[in-house]
Amino acid sequence: MSDPRPIRLHGLTLGYDRHPAVHHLDGIIHPGDLLALAGPNGAGKSTLLKGLTGEIPVLDGRIEVGGDIAYLPQADAIDRSFPLSVMDLAAMGLWRRLGPWRGLRRTEPAIRAALATVGLSGFEARPIGTLSGGQFRRALFARLILQDCRTILLDEPFTAIDARTTEDLLGLVRAWHGEGRTVVAALHDFGQIRAHFPKTILLAREPVAWGPTAQVLTADNLARARLLSEAWDEEAGICDGARHAGPSPLDGLVSAPAPAHRHSHGHPHHHDHEDAA
Amino acid sequence: MIDPLAPFVEFGFMRRALAGCLALSVSAPPVGVFLMLRRMSLMSDAMSHAVLPGAAAGFLVAGLSLPAMTLGGLVAGLVVALLAGAVTRTTVLREDASLAAFYLISLAGGVLLVSLRGSQVDLMHFLFGSVLALDDPTLALLGGIATVTPVALALIYRPLVMECVDPVFLRSVSRVGGPVHFTFLGLVVINLVGGFQALGTLLAVGLMLLPAVAARFWARDLGMTMAAAVLIAALASVVGLSLSYQFDLPSGPAIVLTAGAFYLASMLAGPQGGLLRRLVRSRHLEA
Repeated sequence: MSDPRPIRLHGLTLGYDRHPAVHHLDGIIHPGDLLALAGPNGAGKSTLLKGLTGEIPVLDGRIEVGGDIAYLPQADAIDRSFPLSVMDLAAMGLWRRLGPWRGLRRTEPAIRAALATVGLSGFEARPIGTLSGGQFRRALFARLILQDCRTILLDEPFTAIDARTTEDLLGLVRAWHGEGRTVVAALHDFGQIRAHFPKTILLAREPVAWGPTAQVLTADNLARARLLSEAWDEEAGICDGARHAGPSPLDGLVSAPAPAHRHSHGHPHHHDHEDAA
Repeated sequence: MIDPLAPFVEFGFMRRALAGCLALSVSAPPVGVFLMLRRMSLMSDAMSHAVLPGAAAGFLVAGLSLPAMTLGGLVAGLVVALLAGAVTRTTVLREDASLAAFYLISLAGGVLLVSLRGSQVDLMHFLFGSVLALDDPTLALLGGIATVTPVALALIYRPLVMECVDPVFLRSVSRVGGPVHFTFLGLVVINLVGGFQALGTLLAVGLMLLPAVAARFWARDLGMTMAAAVLIAALASVVGLSLSYQFDLPSGPAIVLTAGAFYLASMLAGPQGGLLRRLVRSRHLEA
């Protein structure tokens, strides 16, 4: 593991096809943070995580990343019909240490230990296609353990998982926190966030609030997040229009909270864009 | 009583045919297993057709020369693989459609090129191979491919499996994904070119994919699937060649049809998801 360095975000804008999904985000994720990403669907939680791993390019601004990052995407990216054992799936986490050729034999105890930690002892030889959803998520957590990274990003790690599995995996997340690792998790369950995550970013494409969970998840902030995310379609045109106009001095204007201005320009730009597409 | 091995004992050309097919049986089926698991079966079909105009161009330039036709086939196969990928990425066409387009063009173009200079016999050689007339250089080529393929596959095995199962994860920890993919495509092409020498462009995919698909019904994990595929391909080679001799059948189709018969039998009787297993419901376990 590398030295603990913070992850710094400078005016970070991420998105798809020039549409920002995370808009002008500034902040520092400190080493050892246990940070929840909250916000409605489409708020940019997954996008932010993908941006941090380098999975998608940065549209504007920049990220200073400190050290290796382990990343758990929303699980459906994995081909579960592939004839692979649970042991081999977990062992993928050792890639950075073993590369393509070094043998697995000496690391076998570590793999078994990781599987035991997530409660999958005895499942080593099972094909991944035979696991239940919860068991599969546990296997992915074993892979995260073996990756042994300073920073761990989790994208909705407890979605569609039963209470007991969630409890076990949350225990694992707390253990990582105890070891001084940085954990960032996109979550929907506010109760869970309040109970287990000391810090929270509330996103609605734009950062609504970032700080201690109790001060972030207030009724006011949540209502604002809802409003912002509902306004999304109308605002899309404006910022896109500004971008089409050139590498623009307008950027500052756009990020300034001036709702009236936005609405007056929203419609024409929106239609322009539809025509272009 | 007919001795199925008698023709191999009796005739040199049958032994050569067997040696060539066994070499191909060692190298092509494992590649086929990965093609099947990556859902790229159609890709291999398109690439095998692409080998035809390439080899035909070599034939136009240099006649029935092994190096020229091999080189032409290699280049054309790779070009079509890359082009089809590029078309998929840059236009609205999905990969299956762009591959189908490319292989129809390749097939027609290849047949045209061969007919420009060659005879009907040459055309038959291109389409269906001439496994009973393998000369020394061709055998050496097949042996070389059978040596290179398993070694290369072993070298890229771990990242290739990771790329199949979880490409997002591989990208997050390493940049080898791209090179590994292209190495794999390269292996597909050299095996198709090798298969083309023995079985012709139309049937070269047969010995690559049919054993692989059949093996899926017999084995659970990847290593065993590849071993089963090699075994099935080798059996199909022996049985197919033997049958073609006994009953005076064209040998390329006989081999591929035998592999096809193994596939049908596996689909019916294979222990891993075969049809019979599904019909006869076995008593469930206690836990």
